[in-house]
Amino acid sequence: MSADPHLSGLTGTPIHDEIVPARAPWLHTVKAGQTLRIVDLEGNQAVDFMIYAAADDAERYSAQDTVSAQGNLFLRGGSVLLSNEGNPMMTITGTSVEYHDTIGGACSCESNTLRYGHHTKSQHACVENFLEANLAQGRGKRDIVSNINFFMNVPVEADGALGIVDGISAPGLLVDLRAEMDVIVAVSNCPQINNPCNAFNPTPVRMIVAA
Amino acid sequence: MSQILANPLAARDHARAMGGTQVETMPIIPPVASDLPEDVAAEDLLWEETIAAGGYATRRLARGARLRLIDLQGDACASLMLFNAEMPTERLNVADTVKIQWNAYLEAGKLLLSDMGRVLMSILEDDAETHDTFCGTSNEAVNTRKYGEGRNSGAFPNGRDRLLLGAAKHGLGRRDVHPCINLFKGTRIEADGTITPVIGPFDAGRSVVLRAEMDVIVVIANCPHVLDPREAWSISPLRVSAWRGAVTPTQDPIRNATPEGLRAFQNVEDYYRR
Repeated sequence: MSADPHLSGLTGTPIHDEIVPARAPWLHTVKAGQTLRIVDLEGNQAVDFMIYAAADDAERYSAQDTVSAQGNLFLRGGSVLLSNEGNPMMTITGTSVEYHDTIGGACSCESNTLRYGHHTKSQHACVENFLEANLAQGRGKRDIVSNINFFMNVPVEADGALGIVDGISAPGLLVDLRAEMDVIVAVSNCPQINNPCNAFNPTPVRMIVAA
Repeated sequence: MSQILANPLAARDHARAMGGTQVETMPIIPPVASDLPEDVAAEDLLWEETIAAGGYATRRLARGARLRLIDLQGDACASLMLFNAEMPTERLNVADTVKIQWNAYLEAGKLLLSDMGRVLMSILEDDAETHDTFCGTSNEAVNTRKYGEGRNSGAFPNGRDRLLLGAAKHGLGRRDVHPCINLFKGTRIEADGTITPVIGPFDAGRSVVLRAEMDVIVVIANCPHVLDPREAWSISPLRVSAWRGAVTPTQDPIRNATPEGLRAFQNVEDYYRR
Protein backbone atom coordinates (compact mmCIF):
# COMPACT_ATOMS: atom_id res chain seq x y z
CA MET A 1 0.00 0.00 0.00
CA SER A 2 1.56 3.30 -1.05
CA ALA A 3 1.30 6.29 1.26
CA ASP A 4 -0.65 9.29 -0.08
CA PRO A 5 1.99 12.02 -0.62
CA HIS A 6 -0.66 14.71 -0.30
CA LEU A 7 -1.22 13.73 3.34
CA SER A 8 2.43 13.88 4.28
CA GLY A 9 3.07 16.02 7.36
CA LEU A 10 -0.60 16.88 7.77
CA THR A 11 -1.52 17.82 11.34
CA GLY A 12 -4.43 15.67 12.53
CA THR A 13 -6.63 13.10 10.87
CA PRO A 14 -8.50 13.85 7.62
CA ILE A 15 -12.22 14.35 8.24
CA HIS A 16 -13.03 15.72 4.81
CA ASP A 17 -11.23 15.03 1.54
CA GLU A 18 -12.57 16.28 -1.74
CA ILE A 19 -11.35 16.95 -5.26
CA VAL A 20 -12.74 20.27 -6.49
CA PRO A 21 -13.07 19.97 -10.26
CA ALA A 22 -11.57 22.52 -12.60
CA ARG A 23 -13.73 25.73 -12.69
CA ALA A 24 -15.92 24.74 -9.71
CA PRO A 25 -16.85 26.42 -6.40
CA TRP A 26 -16.42 24.87 -2.95
CA LEU A 27 -17.89 25.89 0.41
CA HIS A 28 -17.00 24.33 3.73
CA THR A 29 -16.93 25.13 7.44
CA VAL A 30 -13.61 24.69 9.20
CA LYS A 31 -13.70 24.69 13.00
CA ALA A 32 -11.17 26.48 15.18
CA GLY A 33 -8.05 24.35 15.49
CA GLN A 34 -8.71 22.29 12.37
CA THR A 35 -6.32 22.44 9.42
CA LEU A 36 -7.33 22.90 5.80
CA ARG A 37 -4.82 21.67 3.25
CA ILE A 38 -5.09 22.77 -0.40
CA VAL A 39 -3.19 20.69 -2.93
CA ASP A 40 -2.44 22.12 -6.37
CA LEU A 41 -2.82 18.79 -8.17
CA GLU A 42 -1.55 19.72 -11.62
CA GLY A 43 0.32 22.97 -10.91
CA ASN A 44 -0.21 26.73 -11.34
CA GLN A 45 -3.93 26.59 -10.59
CA ALA A 46 -5.19 29.72 -8.86
CA VAL A 47 -7.40 28.95 -5.86
CA ASP A 48 -9.48 32.06 -5.10
CA PHE A 49 -10.26 31.97 -1.41
CA MET A 50 -12.57 33.88 0.94
CA ILE A 51 -13.22 33.44 4.62
CA TYR A 52 -16.26 34.40 6.72
CA ALA A 53 -16.60 34.13 10.49
CA ALA A 54 -19.10 31.34 11.11
CA ALA A 55 -20.60 33.18 14.08
CA ASP A 56 -21.13 36.45 12.17
CA ASP A 57 -20.50 36.45 8.46
CA ALA A 58 -20.34 40.27 8.28
CA GLU A 59 -16.89 39.65 9.70
CA ARG A 60 -14.75 38.37 6.85
CA TYR A 61 -11.24 38.18 5.45
CA SER A 62 -9.64 41.52 4.73
CA ALA A 63 -6.65 41.61 2.40
CA GLN A 64 -5.91 45.21 3.38
CA ASP A 65 -5.90 44.53 7.12
CA THR A 66 -3.76 41.45 6.55
CA VAL A 67 -1.07 43.12 4.45
CA SER A 68 -1.01 46.19 6.71
CA ALA A 69 -0.50 44.08 9.81
CA GLN A 70 2.39 42.13 8.31
CA GLY A 71 3.86 45.08 6.38
CA ASN A 72 4.14 42.93 3.26
CA LEU A 73 1.95 42.13 0.27
CA PHE A 74 2.83 38.46 -0.05
CA LEU A 75 1.30 35.68 2.03
CA ARG A 76 3.88 33.22 3.30
CA GLY A 77 4.20 30.54 5.94
CA GLY A 78 3.31 32.19 9.25
CA SER A 79 1.06 34.83 7.70
CA VAL A 80 -2.00 35.46 9.85
CA LEU A 81 -5.13 36.11 7.81
CA LEU A 82 -7.03 38.92 9.51
CA SER A 83 -10.67 39.90 9.37
CA ASN A 84 -12.11 43.33 8.68
CA GLU A 85 -12.40 43.66 12.49
CA GLY A 86 -8.71 42.88 12.96
CA ASN A 87 -9.20 39.35 14.33
CA PRO A 88 -7.10 36.33 13.26
CA MET A 89 -9.22 34.01 11.10
CA MET A 90 -6.65 31.50 9.82
CA THR A 91 -2.87 31.11 9.89
CA ILE A 92 -0.76 29.75 7.04
CA THR A 93 1.04 27.04 8.99
CA GLY A 94 2.94 25.62 6.05
CA THR A 95 3.37 26.05 2.33
CA SER A 96 5.57 24.49 -0.31
CA VAL A 97 5.11 27.57 -2.52
CA GLU A 98 7.25 30.59 -1.75
CA TYR A 99 4.35 33.03 -1.46
CA HIS A 100 0.72 33.61 -2.41
CA ASP A 101 -1.22 36.60 -3.72
CA THR A 102 -3.91 38.66 -2.03
CA ILE A 103 -3.98 41.86 -4.10
CA GLY A 104 -5.09 40.53 -7.50
CA GLY A 105 -8.70 39.89 -6.57
CA ALA A 106 -11.07 37.57 -8.36
CA CYS A 107 -11.94 37.48 -12.03
CA SER A 108 -15.51 38.36 -12.92
CA CYS A 109 -17.50 38.36 -16.16
CA GLU A 110 -17.45 42.14 -15.93
CA SER A 111 -13.75 42.64 -15.23
CA ASN A 112 -12.98 40.16 -17.98
CA THR A 113 -14.67 42.51 -20.46
CA LEU A 114 -12.16 45.18 -19.48
CA ARG A 115 -9.10 42.99 -19.34
CA TYR A 116 -9.64 40.76 -22.32
CA GLY A 117 -12.56 42.20 -24.35
CA HIS A 118 -16.33 41.98 -24.48
CA HIS A 119 -16.20 38.59 -26.19
CA THR A 120 -15.27 37.05 -22.81
CA LYS A 121 -18.49 38.17 -21.05
CA SER A 122 -20.13 34.76 -21.29
CA GLN A 123 -17.21 32.89 -19.77
CA HIS A 124 -17.43 31.44 -16.29
CA ALA A 125 -15.56 33.47 -13.64
CA CYS A 126 -14.57 33.41 -9.98
CA VAL A 127 -17.18 35.90 -8.84
CA GLU A 128 -19.85 33.62 -10.32
CA ASN A 129 -18.44 30.79 -8.21
CA PHE A 130 -18.31 32.92 -5.06
CA LEU A 131 -21.89 34.06 -5.60
CA GLU A 132 -23.11 30.53 -6.28
CA ALA A 133 -21.41 29.15 -3.18
CA ASN A 134 -22.41 32.03 -0.91
CA LEU A 135 -26.01 32.29 -2.06
CA ALA A 136 -26.59 28.84 -0.58
CA GLN A 137 -26.10 30.44 2.83
CA GLY A 138 -27.82 33.75 2.19
CA ARG A 139 -24.77 35.84 1.37
CA GLY A 140 -24.81 37.89 -1.80
CA LYS A 141 -22.92 40.45 -3.78
CA ARG A 142 -22.25 42.69 -0.76
CA ASP A 143 -20.27 39.83 0.70
CA ILE A 144 -17.81 39.57 -2.17
CA VAL A 145 -14.74 41.44 -0.97
CA SER A 146 -11.02 41.08 -1.37
CA ASN A 147 -9.76 37.50 -1.51
CA ILE A 148 -6.64 35.39 -1.52
CA ASN A 149 -5.32 33.73 -4.65
CA PHE A 150 -3.37 30.70 -3.50
CA PHE A 151 -0.63 29.60 -5.90
CA MET A 152 -0.88 32.87 -7.87
CA ASN A 153 2.07 35.22 -8.39
CA VAL A 154 1.39 38.98 -8.55
CA PRO A 155 4.58 40.98 -7.98
CA VAL A 156 4.57 44.79 -7.87
CA GLU A 157 7.46 46.38 -9.73
CA ALA A 158 9.28 49.57 -8.78
CA ASP A 159 7.06 51.76 -10.95
CA GLY A 160 3.90 50.15 -9.60
CA ALA A 161 3.48 47.86 -12.62
CA LEU A 162 1.51 44.85 -11.54
CA GLY A 163 0.21 41.77 -13.28
CA ILE A 164 -0.43 38.11 -12.85
CA VAL A 165 2.78 36.53 -14.07
CA ASP A 166 4.10 33.02 -14.42
CA GLY A 167 2.95 30.75 -11.66
CA ILE A 168 5.46 29.54 -9.08
CA SER A 169 3.55 26.42 -8.20
CA ALA A 170 3.90 22.88 -9.48
CA PRO A 171 1.98 19.61 -9.31
CA GLY A 172 1.53 18.43 -5.73
CA LEU A 173 2.54 21.69 -4.03
CA LEU A 174 0.32 22.65 -1.13
CA VAL A 175 -0.64 25.14 1.53
CA ASP A 176 -1.87 24.40 5.07
CA LEU A 177 -4.19 26.75 6.95
CA ARG A 178 -5.11 26.44 10.61
CA ALA A 179 -8.44 27.95 11.56
CA GLU A 180 -8.15 30.40 14.46
CA MET A 181 -11.93 30.72 14.76
CA ASP A 182 -14.83 28.77 13.27
CA VAL A 183 -14.79 29.89 9.65
CA ILE A 184 -16.76 29.39 6.47
CA VAL A 185 -14.39 29.00 3.54
CA ALA A 186 -15.61 29.84 0.05
CA VAL A 187 -13.38 28.82 -2.82
CA SER A 188 -13.46 29.41 -6.54
CA ASN A 189 -11.17 27.06 -8.36
CA CYS A 190 -10.37 29.74 -10.90
CA PRO A 191 -11.91 29.11 -14.33
CA GLN A 192 -9.84 31.82 -16.05
CA ILE A 193 -8.84 30.69 -19.54
CA ASN A 194 -7.35 33.96 -20.81
CA ASN A 195 -4.27 34.06 -18.62
CA PRO A 196 -0.97 32.42 -19.40
CA CYS A 197 -0.19 31.86 -15.70
CA ASN A 198 -2.10 28.58 -15.72
CA ALA A 199 -1.30 27.77 -19.36
CA PHE A 200 -4.91 28.78 -20.21
CA ASN A 201 -5.97 25.52 -18.62
CA PRO A 202 -7.91 25.32 -15.32
CA THR A 203 -7.20 22.12 -13.40
CA PRO A 204 -8.63 20.42 -10.27
CA VAL A 205 -7.43 20.95 -6.71
CA ARG A 206 -7.77 18.82 -3.60
CA MET A 207 -9.16 20.12 -0.31
CA ILE A 208 -8.43 18.16 2.85
CA VAL A 209 -9.70 19.13 6.30
CA ALA A 210 -7.93 17.53 9.24
CA ALA A 211 -8.96 17.58 12.90
CA MET B 1 -29.93 75.29 38.32
CA SER B 2 -28.67 77.82 35.87
CA GLN B 3 -31.01 80.20 34.16
CA ILE B 4 -30.44 78.39 30.83
CA LEU B 5 -31.51 75.03 32.22
CA ALA B 6 -34.45 76.42 34.12
CA ASN B 7 -36.01 78.28 31.27
CA PRO B 8 -36.69 76.63 27.90
CA LEU B 9 -36.81 79.96 26.13
CA ALA B 10 -33.43 80.92 27.58
CA ALA B 11 -32.09 77.57 26.33
CA ARG B 12 -33.56 78.38 22.93
CA ASP B 13 -31.95 81.77 22.90
CA HIS B 14 -28.64 80.27 23.95
CA ALA B 15 -28.83 77.67 21.19
CA ARG B 16 -29.83 80.24 18.60
CA ALA B 17 -27.00 82.52 19.63
CA MET B 18 -24.58 79.81 18.46
CA GLY B 19 -25.90 79.94 14.89
CA GLY B 20 -23.53 81.48 12.40
CA THR B 21 -20.43 80.43 14.33
CA GLN B 22 -17.54 79.79 11.97
CA VAL B 23 -14.89 77.17 12.66
CA GLU B 24 -12.28 75.66 10.38
CA THR B 25 -13.83 72.22 10.09
CA MET B 26 -17.45 72.50 9.02
CA PRO B 27 -19.70 72.41 5.97
CA ILE B 28 -20.40 75.77 4.28
CA ILE B 29 -24.11 75.90 3.43
CA PRO B 30 -24.92 77.11 0.88
CA PRO B 31 -21.47 76.31 -0.49
CA VAL B 32 -19.07 79.18 -1.14
CA ALA B 33 -15.49 78.94 -2.36
CA SER B 34 -13.23 81.71 -3.57
CA ASP B 35 -10.83 79.45 -5.41
CA LEU B 36 -12.95 77.61 -7.97
CA PRO B 37 -11.37 76.99 -11.38
CA GLU B 38 -11.98 79.94 -13.72
CA ASP B 39 -14.49 78.07 -15.89
CA VAL B 40 -16.68 77.04 -12.95
CA ALA B 41 -19.60 79.32 -12.10
CA ALA B 42 -20.26 79.96 -8.41
CA GLU B 43 -23.78 78.50 -8.73
CA ASP B 44 -22.33 75.20 -9.93
CA LEU B 45 -20.57 74.65 -6.62
CA LEU B 46 -22.23 71.62 -4.99
CA TRP B 47 -20.32 70.95 -1.80
CA GLU B 48 -17.88 72.84 0.38
CA GLU B 49 -16.74 71.26 3.61
CA THR B 50 -13.62 70.92 5.69
CA ILE B 51 -13.44 67.49 7.31
CA ALA B 52 -11.95 67.53 10.80
CA ALA B 53 -8.87 65.56 11.78
CA GLY B 54 -10.40 62.19 12.56
CA GLY B 55 -13.68 63.12 10.92
CA TYR B 56 -15.64 61.80 7.97
CA ALA B 57 -18.02 63.07 5.34
CA THR B 58 -20.24 61.61 2.67
CA ARG B 59 -22.10 62.90 -0.35
CA ARG B 60 -24.04 61.74 -3.35
CA LEU B 61 -22.58 63.21 -6.56
CA ALA B 62 -24.09 63.15 -10.03
CA ARG B 63 -22.27 61.83 -13.08
CA GLY B 64 -19.95 64.57 -14.35
CA ALA B 65 -19.43 66.24 -10.98
CA ARG B 66 -15.89 67.16 -10.00
CA LEU B 67 -14.62 66.42 -6.51
CA ARG B 68 -11.58 68.32 -5.27
CA LEU B 69 -9.71 67.26 -2.14
CA ILE B 70 -7.12 69.59 -0.61
CA ASP B 71 -4.71 68.51 2.10
CA LEU B 72 -4.81 71.88 3.84
CA GLN B 73 -1.91 71.45 6.25
CA GLY B 74 -0.04 68.54 4.66
CA ASP B 75 -1.03 65.75 7.02
CA ALA B 76 -4.49 64.62 5.87
CA CYS B 77 -5.35 61.08 4.77
CA ALA B 78 -8.48 60.65 2.65
CA SER B 79 -9.65 57.06 2.93
CA LEU B 80 -12.19 56.81 0.14
CA MET B 81 -15.04 54.40 -0.55
CA LEU B 82 -17.28 54.70 -3.61
CA PHE B 83 -20.68 53.22 -4.43
CA ASN B 84 -22.94 53.37 -7.46
CA ALA B 85 -25.58 55.70 -5.94
CA GLU B 86 -28.58 53.95 -7.48
CA MET B 87 -27.34 50.41 -6.85
CA PRO B 88 -24.88 50.45 -3.93
CA THR B 89 -24.12 46.74 -4.27
CA GLU B 90 -21.87 48.03 -7.04
CA ARG B 91 -18.82 49.59 -5.41
CA LEU B 92 -15.17 50.41 -5.72
CA ASN B 93 -13.10 47.30 -6.36
CA VAL B 94 -9.51 48.05 -5.41
CA ALA B 95 -8.20 44.74 -6.76
CA ASP B 96 -9.77 45.36 -10.17
CA THR B 97 -8.58 48.98 -10.08
CA VAL B 98 -4.94 47.94 -9.84
CA LYS B 99 -5.16 44.74 -11.87
CA ILE B 100 -7.09 46.08 -14.84
CA GLN B 101 -4.79 49.10 -15.15
CA TRP B 102 -1.68 46.94 -14.70
CA ASN B 103 -0.43 49.38 -12.09
CA ALA B 104 -0.97 50.01 -8.39
CA TYR B 105 0.13 53.63 -8.08
CA LEU B 106 -2.64 56.19 -8.48
CA GLU B 107 -1.99 59.44 -10.37
CA ALA B 108 -3.72 61.75 -12.86
CA GLY B 109 -5.42 59.74 -15.59
CA LYS B 110 -6.03 56.65 -13.46
CA LEU B 111 -9.52 55.21 -13.05
CA LEU B 112 -11.33 53.98 -9.96
CA LEU B 113 -13.14 50.88 -11.15
CA SER B 114 -16.23 49.18 -9.81
CA ASP B 115 -16.76 45.46 -9.41
CA MET B 116 -19.12 45.59 -12.38
CA GLY B 117 -16.55 46.49 -15.01
CA ARG B 118 -17.31 50.21 -14.95
CA VAL B 119 -15.45 53.36 -13.97
CA LEU B 120 -16.92 55.11 -10.93
CA MET B 121 -14.52 58.06 -10.90
CA SER B 122 -11.40 59.12 -12.73
CA ILE B 123 -8.47 61.17 -11.46
CA LEU B 124 -8.38 64.43 -13.43
CA GLU B 125 -5.60 66.24 -11.58
CA ASP B 126 -3.13 65.17 -8.95
CA ASP B 127 -0.18 67.08 -7.58
CA ALA B 128 0.36 64.67 -4.68
CA GLU B 129 1.03 61.22 -6.19
CA THR B 130 1.52 59.72 -2.76
CA HIS B 131 -1.50 57.46 -2.59
CA ASP B 132 -2.12 53.95 -1.37
CA THR B 133 -4.22 51.14 -2.79
CA PHE B 134 -3.04 48.35 -0.50
CA CYS B 135 -3.28 49.13 3.19
CA GLY B 136 -6.91 50.03 3.78
CA THR B 137 -7.61 51.86 6.98
CA SER B 138 -7.34 51.43 10.72
CA ASN B 139 -9.89 49.64 12.87
CA GLU B 140 -10.61 49.76 16.58
CA ALA B 141 -8.17 46.93 17.35
CA VAL B 142 -5.32 48.65 15.47
CA ASN B 143 -5.89 52.01 17.16
CA THR B 144 -6.24 50.44 20.59
CA ARG B 145 -2.87 48.75 20.17
CA LYS B 146 -1.22 51.81 18.70
CA TYR B 147 -2.71 54.73 20.58
CA GLY B 148 -4.11 53.01 23.66
CA GLU B 149 -7.67 53.61 22.53
CA GLY B 150 -9.63 53.29 19.32
CA ARG B 151 -13.32 53.67 20.04
CA ASN B 152 -15.36 55.61 17.55
CA SER B 153 -16.54 57.88 20.35
CA GLY B 154 -13.07 58.27 21.82
CA ALA B 155 -10.18 60.59 21.20
CA PHE B 156 -8.52 58.40 18.53
CA PRO B 157 -11.29 57.23 16.20
CA ASN B 158 -10.44 54.62 13.59
CA GLY B 159 -10.98 54.77 9.83
CA ARG B 160 -13.15 51.68 9.52
CA ASP B 161 -15.71 52.94 12.02
CA ARG B 162 -15.74 56.34 10.28
CA LEU B 163 -16.38 54.67 6.92
CA LEU B 164 -19.09 52.57 8.57
CA LEU B 165 -20.84 55.69 9.85
CA GLY B 166 -20.62 57.33 6.44
CA ALA B 167 -22.05 54.23 4.75
CA ALA B 168 -24.78 53.99 7.39
CA LYS B 169 -26.04 57.46 6.46
CA HIS B 170 -27.07 55.90 3.15
CA GLY B 171 -28.73 52.88 4.74
CA LEU B 172 -25.67 50.71 4.22
CA GLY B 173 -24.01 48.52 6.85
CA ARG B 174 -21.03 46.45 7.87
CA ARG B 175 -21.24 44.26 4.76
CA ASP B 176 -20.86 47.35 2.62
CA VAL B 177 -17.61 48.67 4.09
CA HIS B 178 -15.31 47.49 1.33
CA PRO B 179 -11.57 47.91 0.70
CA CYS B 180 -10.75 51.60 0.31
CA ILE B 181 -8.01 53.69 -1.22
CA ASN B 182 -6.00 56.29 0.68
CA LEU B 183 -5.30 59.62 -0.98
CA PHE B 184 -2.38 61.82 0.18
CA LYS B 185 -0.68 59.05 2.19
CA GLY B 186 1.30 56.63 0.06
CA THR B 187 3.00 53.27 0.00
CA ARG B 188 5.92 51.95 -2.04
CA ILE B 189 6.29 48.23 -2.59
CA GLU B 190 9.70 46.55 -2.54
CA ALA B 191 10.52 43.55 -4.70
CA ASP B 192 9.99 41.15 -1.81
CA GLY B 193 6.54 42.60 -1.13
CA THR B 194 7.61 44.81 1.76
CA ILE B 195 5.34 47.82 2.18
CA THR B 196 7.10 51.12 2.85
CA PRO B 197 4.68 53.79 4.03
CA VAL B 198 5.14 57.30 2.57
CA ILE B 199 3.44 59.31 5.24
CA GLY B 200 4.94 62.81 5.21
CA PRO B 201 3.86 65.23 6.54
CA PHE B 202 3.97 66.94 3.15
CA ASP B 203 3.73 70.50 1.89
CA ALA B 204 0.43 72.13 2.72
CA GLY B 205 -2.14 72.55 -0.05
CA ARG B 206 -1.61 69.50 -2.23
CA SER B 207 -4.78 68.58 -4.12
CA VAL B 208 -6.51 65.87 -6.12
CA VAL B 209 -9.45 66.41 -8.48
CA LEU B 210 -11.71 63.47 -9.31
CA ARG B 211 -14.50 63.28 -11.89
CA ALA B 212 -17.62 61.23 -11.20
CA GLU B 213 -18.20 58.98 -14.19
CA MET B 214 -21.36 57.54 -12.64
CA ASP B 215 -23.84 58.77 -10.02
CA VAL B 216 -21.83 57.90 -6.94
CA ILE B 217 -21.94 57.91 -3.16
CA VAL B 218 -18.61 59.12 -1.84
CA VAL B 219 -17.58 58.26 1.72
CA ILE B 220 -14.38 59.83 3.04
CA ALA B 221 -12.71 59.20 6.40
CA ASN B 222 -9.82 61.41 7.51
CA CYS B 223 -7.90 59.33 10.04
CA PRO B 224 -4.16 58.59 10.38
CA HIS B 225 -2.85 56.08 7.83
CA VAL B 226 -2.85 52.58 9.31
CA LEU B 227 0.94 52.33 8.85
CA ASP B 228 1.72 55.82 10.14
CA PRO B 229 4.92 55.18 12.13
CA ARG B 230 4.50 58.13 14.44
CA GLU B 231 3.65 57.44 18.03
CA ALA B 232 1.20 60.31 18.21
CA TRP B 233 -2.19 60.12 16.50
CA SER B 234 -1.33 62.60 13.70
CA ILE B 235 -3.81 63.93 11.20
CA SER B 236 -4.86 67.36 9.90
CA PRO B 237 -8.03 68.72 8.28
CA LEU B 238 -9.10 67.83 4.73
CA ARG B 239 -10.96 70.28 2.54
CA VAL B 240 -13.56 68.98 0.09
CA SER B 241 -15.22 70.90 -2.73
CA ALA B 242 -17.43 69.59 -5.52
CA TRP B 243 -18.96 71.29 -8.53
CA ARG B 244 -21.16 70.39 -11.47
CA GLY B 245 -19.44 69.31 -14.63
CA ALA B 246 -20.14 67.82 -18.04
CA VAL B 247 -20.44 64.10 -18.58
CA THR B 248 -17.21 62.83 -20.10
CA PRO B 249 -17.28 63.30 -23.89
CA THR B 250 -16.27 60.53 -26.30
CA GLN B 251 -13.04 62.32 -27.27
CA ASP B 252 -11.89 62.69 -23.64
CA PRO B 253 -8.19 61.78 -23.36
CA ILE B 254 -8.58 59.87 -20.08
CA ARG B 255 -11.46 57.85 -21.58
CA ASN B 256 -9.34 56.88 -24.54
CA ALA B 257 -5.99 56.40 -22.82
CA THR B 258 -6.01 52.60 -22.66
CA PRO B 259 -8.09 49.81 -24.22
CA GLU B 260 -9.07 48.54 -20.75
CA GLY B 261 -10.14 51.99 -19.60
CA LEU B 262 -12.04 52.67 -22.80
CA ARG B 263 -14.06 49.50 -22.29
CA ALA B 264 -14.79 50.60 -18.70
CA PHE B 265 -16.18 53.89 -20.06
CA GLN B 266 -18.10 52.03 -22.76
CA ASN B 267 -19.65 49.86 -20.06
CA VAL B 268 -20.70 53.02 -18.18
CA GLU B 269 -22.20 54.50 -21.35
CA ASP B 270 -24.04 51.23 -21.95
CA TYR B 271 -25.38 51.32 -18.36
CA TYR B 272 -26.71 54.87 -18.85
CA ARG B 273 -28.29 54.04 -22.24
CA ARG B 274 -31.83 54.47 -20.98
